[in-house]
Amino acid sequence: MDLSLTPEEQAFRDELRAWLEENHPGPAPKGGDQEQFAFERDWQRTLHAAGWAGVSWPKEYGGRGATLIEQAIFGEELARAKAPRPANVLGLVMGGPVVIAHGTEEQKERFLEPILSAEEIWCQGFSEPESGSDLASLKTKAVADDSGWRVTGQKVWTTFAHEAKWCMLVARTDPDVPKHKGLTYFLMDMEQDEIEVRPLRQITGEAEFNELFIENAYISDSNVVGGVGNGWMVAITTLMNERAGLGASAALGLAQSLDELIELAKERGRAEDPIVRDKVARLRIGIEGLRRGAMRALTTTMKVGVPGPEGSIAKLQWSSTNQALTDLAVEIGGTEALEQGSTWAYRFLRSRANSIEGGTSDVLKNIVAERVLGLPKLR
Amino acid sequence: MDFDFNDEQREIKSTAREFLAARFKPEKVRELAESGSPYDEEIWKEMCELGWPGIAISEEYGGQGLGAVELVILQEELGYAIAPSPFVSNAYAGLVIEQAGSDEQRSRWLPGIASGEARGGAVISSDPDLIAGAAEGAAVLVVPEGDGARLVEPEDAELERLDLIDATRAYFKVTADGGDPLRGHISRSADTAAVAFAAELVGVAQRALDMAVDYAKEREQFGRPIGSYQAVSHRLANMLWDTEEARSLTYYAAWCADAEPESLPLAASMAKARASDAATSVTHDAIQTFGGIGFTWEHDVHFLLKRARVSAQMLGTSAHHRERVAELVGLGERAAALT
Repeated sequence: MDLSLTPEEQAFRDELRAWLEENHPGPAPKGGDQEQFAFERDWQRTLHAAGWAGVSWPKEYGGRGATLIEQAIFGEELARAKAPRPANVLGLVMGGPVVIAHGTEEQKERFLEPILSAEEIWCQGFSEPESGSDLASLKTKAVADDSGWRVTGQKVWTTFAHEAKWCMLVARTDPDVPKHKGLTYFLMDMEQDEIEVRPLRQITGEAEFNELFIENAYISDSNVVGGVGNGWMVAITTLMNERAGLGASAALGLAQSLDELIELAKERGRAEDPIVRDKVARLRIGIEGLRRGAMRALTTTMKVGVPGPEGSIAKLQWSSTNQALTDLAVEIGGTEALEQGSTWAYRFLRSRANSIEGGTSDVLKNIVAERVLGLPKLR
Repeated sequence: MDFDFNDEQREIKSTAREFLAARFKPEKVRELAESGSPYDEEIWKEMCELGWPGIAISEEYGGQGLGAVELVILQEELGYAIAPSPFVSNAYAGLVIEQAGSDEQRSRWLPGIASGEARGGAVISSDPDLIAGAAEGAAVLVVPEGDGARLVEPEDAELERLDLIDATRAYFKVTADGGDPLRGHISRSADTAAVAFAAELVGVAQRALDMAVDYAKEREQFGRPIGSYQAVSHRLANMLWDTEEARSLTYYAAWCADAEPESLPLAASMAKARASDAATSVTHDAIQTFGGIGFTWEHDVHFLLKRARVSAQMLGTSAHHRERVAELVGLGERAAALT
C-alpha cells in the first residue's frame, strides 16, 4: 500500500497544474445561455489543442491514454483549479468511449475528432417519460426502411439538446423479443425538423434539460453502433463510463463546498455551535470516505479489471453528502441563503437531483444488494 | 498510487483469517466469554509464535519492524473473529513506549511486549475512570497523564475487574499513583492505536454484515427469502456502505501513521469516528435482520454488538473524534470541548 503518487503520476500532475495556471480562462459566465456555452466550447478547444481533452481515450484516437489514477488526478486538478467544464462533456465521457469500444473503423474516423475539438456536441437520449430506472422498457421505436431507419418517440432529461449535433439514442427495433434484446444504439443527427426540442423547467427555475419529441426522424444504417439488437449492452457501457472514476473529482468539489460552508459558519458566528461542528465533521468524514474509497476502487480496477465493493457506493456517498452539505449551508446562511437566486439556495435545490440522476439511490441499493451482496432478486 | 495490500500484507491477512477461524470458532468464543476468563494462554502463545505482538515494534527490540498498516490488518481480522485476546492493549503499550520512552525504558519493556512473554497493558479509556485492557497478567501498565504517560508496574496499581457487556475481553478500572514517567508525548501512538481500534470495528462490522447477508438469503417469510424484500436488502446495502466507508478511512489513516504522520491526527479521528458509528449501527442492523433469534443469548450476533459498543467507546467516542475533526478542518478550538 502506497498512497503517494508515483514519479510518473507526480509528473503528470505537475505538468497539468502548470498548464492550468497558464491557461485557466477564468470563471465561466453564469446563466446556462449561449454565452456560457460558447465560453465552454472555447475552453474545450484550448484543452484539446494541448492534448488535455480526451485524457482517458487511447492515444491512437487522439487521447492521452492516461491510467485510471491519472484520470482521477485530472479530475481532481480541474476541480481544484475551479476550471470550467468542457462544452462537450457527454461526448468526451460517454460518446467517444462507446464509439471506441463498439464502433466501426468508419465511425471512429467520422466521429471521434469532432468530439475532442467540440466541433460537434453530443447529447444523450436514453430516459423516457415512462422509462426511468427501468430503462429497458423504453418505447421509442426505430423502423427500418430502404435508406436506413425512421424513429418515433419521446425522450427526456436530455442536456445540450439545443447545441447538439449527435444524440446517443437507444430505441426499440424489435418489439417481439424480451425487452432487453430488442434495443439498438444509434447516433441520431439532431439537425432535422423531425425532432422538436422543448426545454424542461426544473425546481431551480432554470432549464438545464430538455424533452425531445421525435416524429419519423431519419438515421442512416451507418449510424448503428454495436449492431442491431445490441443496444442494451452498448448502453450499459456508456453508463459505466459515466460512473467510473468520478468519485475523486466529486470528492474534491465537495471539499471546496465544505470550505465555503466553514467560512459561512464563521461569518455567521456559528463556528462554536456544537451541532454545527458535529455536522461539519460528519461531512468532512463523508468526503474523505468518498475520496479514499474512490482511490481504492481505482487501484482494484487497474489490477483486476473491476472495482471492489467500495466502488458500488461512491454515487450514494456523493449524493447524500452533497444534499446534507447544502442543507446545512442554507440553515446556517439563514433567509439570505434562501433567497431565490442565491448560490446556496441554487445548490440546495440542484442537489435534490443528485440521488436521482445517473442512477437513483434506490436502484443503486438494489444493485449493491443483488450484485455485491448476492441477495435474491425481488422480481 | 497503490491503495491495495502488497504480497506480504496479503499473506499476513490470509494467515490471520485462517488461523483465527480455526482457533476461535463461534463455540470457542462463547466458551471463553462465558467462563469469565476470556484469554486462552495457549492460543496467545501461538499468536506470539506468529510474531503478532511485535508486528509494529522495531527489530532492534525483537519486533518485526513492520508498520501500522500491518497492525491494522491483524486487528481487523481479530475483530472479524471477535477473538478474545490481549492483543490490542499490548500493541498500544508497545507503540507508546517505542514512541515516548527512553532507551532504557524501551530496552527494558519492548522485548517482552514484542515476544508477548511479558505483555503490556494500556489504558484505553478515561470516561471518567481509567479503563485498561489486558491488565491481567501484564508486566507493565501504560497510564496516560496529560500529553504523556507513566509506566506503572501492576503491583503498584489497584486493578478492579469490570463486568462490561463485552465479555470477550477483560477490562479493568485502574488506580495508580507514581510510576516511571515517559519523556515524550504519546499523541502519535494514541492516534495509531485509535486506528487499530477502528480496524477492529471494521472487522466486527464485516462479520455482522456477512452473517446477516447469509441469513437473509436462507430465511423465508411470506414464501420468499427475506433478502428479496427491499426493506431488508436496502438495509443490508446500507450496512455495506457503512462498513466500506469505515474501511477506506481506516486503511488511509494507517498509511498516514506509517508514511505521512502530519496527516495522522485528522485521519485517525475520521477513521475512529466513522468506524465506531459504522460498527454500532451495522451490528444493530444485523440483529434487526435476524429478528427474534438475534435477540437470544443462544445466537452469536450479540457478542458482535457488545464488542462494537464497547470498542466504540475506547480511545475516544465518535463525538469526541468529530469535535477534533471540526477543530482540525478550520472551525478552531471550542471553549468547552467535549471529552
